[in-house]
Amino acid sequence: MAMTPEQRATLEDVTQFIYREARLQDEHAYDAWEALWTDDGVYWVPANGEGGDPEQEMSILYDNRSRIALRIRQFHTGKRFSQTPRSGLRRVVSNIEVIGDDGKEVRVCSNAIVFESHVRGDTIWASRNEYTLRREGEGFRMARKKVVLVNNGTALWSMAFLI
Amino acid sequence: MDNCATVIPIVPDRSAAPRWDQLVQADHVHGSLYTDPAIFQAELAAIWFRTWVYVGHESEVPNPNDYVMKSIGPEPVIMTRAKDGSIHLLHNRCPHRGNRVCVTDKGNARSFTCPYHGWTFANDGALKGYPFPSGYEDADRSKLGLGKVARVQSYRGFVFGSMAEEGPTLEEHLGAAMKAIDAVCETSPEGEVQVTAGFLKHKVRSNWKFLVENETDGYHPSFVHASIFEVAQSGIGTLYSSESTAVSRDFGNGHTENDLRPEFRKRDVPMSWFGTTAEKLPEYTQKMNAAYGEEKARRIMIDGTPHIMIFPNLFIAEIQIFVIQPIAVNETVQHVTALQFKGAPDLNRRMRQQTMGSVGPAGFLLADDAEMYERTQLGVQSQNPEWLYLGRGRHRERRDENGFRIGDATDETPSRGIWRHYRALMEAA
Repeated sequence: MAMTPEQRATLEDVTQFIYREARLQDEHAYDAWEALWTDDGVYWVPANGEGGDPEQEMSILYDNRSRIALRIRQFHTGKRFSQTPRSGLRRVVSNIEVIGDDGKEVRVCSNAIVFESHVRGDTIWASRNEYTLRREGEGFRMARKKVVLVNNGTALWSMAFLI
Repeated sequence: MDNCATVIPIVPDRSAAPRWDQLVQADHVHGSLYTDPAIFQAELAAIWFRTWVYVGHESEVPNPNDYVMKSIGPEPVIMTRAKDGSIHLLHNRCPHRGNRVCVTDKGNARSFTCPYHGWTFANDGALKGYPFPSGYEDADRSKLGLGKVARVQSYRGFVFGSMAEEGPTLEEHLGAAMKAIDAVCETSPEGEVQVTAGFLKHKVRSNWKFLVENETDGYHPSFVHASIFEVAQSGIGTLYSSESTAVSRDFGNGHTENDLRPEFRKRDVPMSWFGTTAEKLPEYTQKMNAAYGEEKARRIMIDGTPHIMIFPNLFIAEIQIFVIQPIAVNETVQHVTALQFKGAPDLNRRMRQQTMGSVGPAGFLLADDAEMYERTQLGVQSQNPEWLYLGRGRHRERRDENGFRIGDATDETPSRGIWRHYRALMEAA
């Protein structure tokens, strides 16, 4: 099904937003990354598959906006030893698809492969990411990001960077 | 012995059995205990496949025919509840050709069928049948069931298994740790703990004993967790300082704890152990008062739950349980979940939220502990010095009213207790 010019423009805009988010994460640009969030943002990394109900089951990450801020403040102390030294990170984001758009919020999916170099050794992480991006002014902010790691049902190495 | 005395260098002799009395001394342990693959194999035999090991909780298999995949050390074990309600621990190995009979994490099944040649087993392990039975003339079917963990026993819902037919009873093994489990259960208005929130599984490149020691090491929090204490008003940091009235304790049998109650009693505020107040948990408080009477409920809510490491693998950390699983000499998995108290939904929600924040691969606390485990593992591969020094607080170690060794909050009384028990187990093997 052919996209309308408006849909093409939206896809281009959200793609640029997601690329930018990936770069800020790779470069540990925590403050700029935090600024991408809306005030009611939710950052969710389920454990054990798609994650069921995060209000009932354990998740690897289930941060509301204030916990996201706490996470960033912890990084800034310089004593977050699991990220001292910081992991070397590069991620490739692909398969970006707009799956919903009500004019106010756009729902987007992507795949991501993250290469991490850590004191422990090198790790490759793979995930399906789901975003809810809210239109604000000329751009977007993240209202929700869900990262479903392919191997989240198995035992995982520490993952103290922003996934 | 002077605390700084030189300990005897050890020349590893691969042909001889390790000399445990040389490797484990009163306040020094040898670095090879964390790195030698032969020692790891000896530990599997002498500890993991002999003593009582925590496996799972009855609430994980609430209904007849429920099962869940668990482990004893690196060995997978299926914990089942049979039709009659009894709990069984089965080895996940078809007695025919060795195939896995179960590959899903949990479910409900009256039987397990091996996909290779169709042998079928009841969920208590008994062989139900095999295809084309005329091919077996004199096979003793009673001996062709799934392997079973020799002894299975639960205490207040906590299921333990021992692969040895004989040995100390679970009660003898747990000893004073039973009272700690009682205290955990008593924090529930219905006297029961539930393990229903699902596990996080966190893998570290480290020997399992670094984790066991760290769980009740009251010396490290001020440093390892400084980043989160600095930015969150958790109130945990002051519990583990040189001014703290909290004590560390060695219960014997390898069980150790940080007893924080003296500090909580000094604060004298119900629920301060959990960083909150009774007013914020009105439903819970009311149910506790109704269940235990106001006086006892107040005492329980001031004391809080224990911080106890039950050797070798169950760590109850106030609001969570950790299950330590050794995989290899330098690889360990921590399984962790929030404790849930029966009849306390408002408290349970907070326990899940705090647990998700603090532990697991990305946790505010545990990611940094994991970093320390991994760096100590790298460190002990260096040859000089060969030994690790565990002498902190030895001069002020004393006995409590029950005769258990105690030290100050930051002392290494727990580590010395763990190693004393370890050496006894390894020497007895």
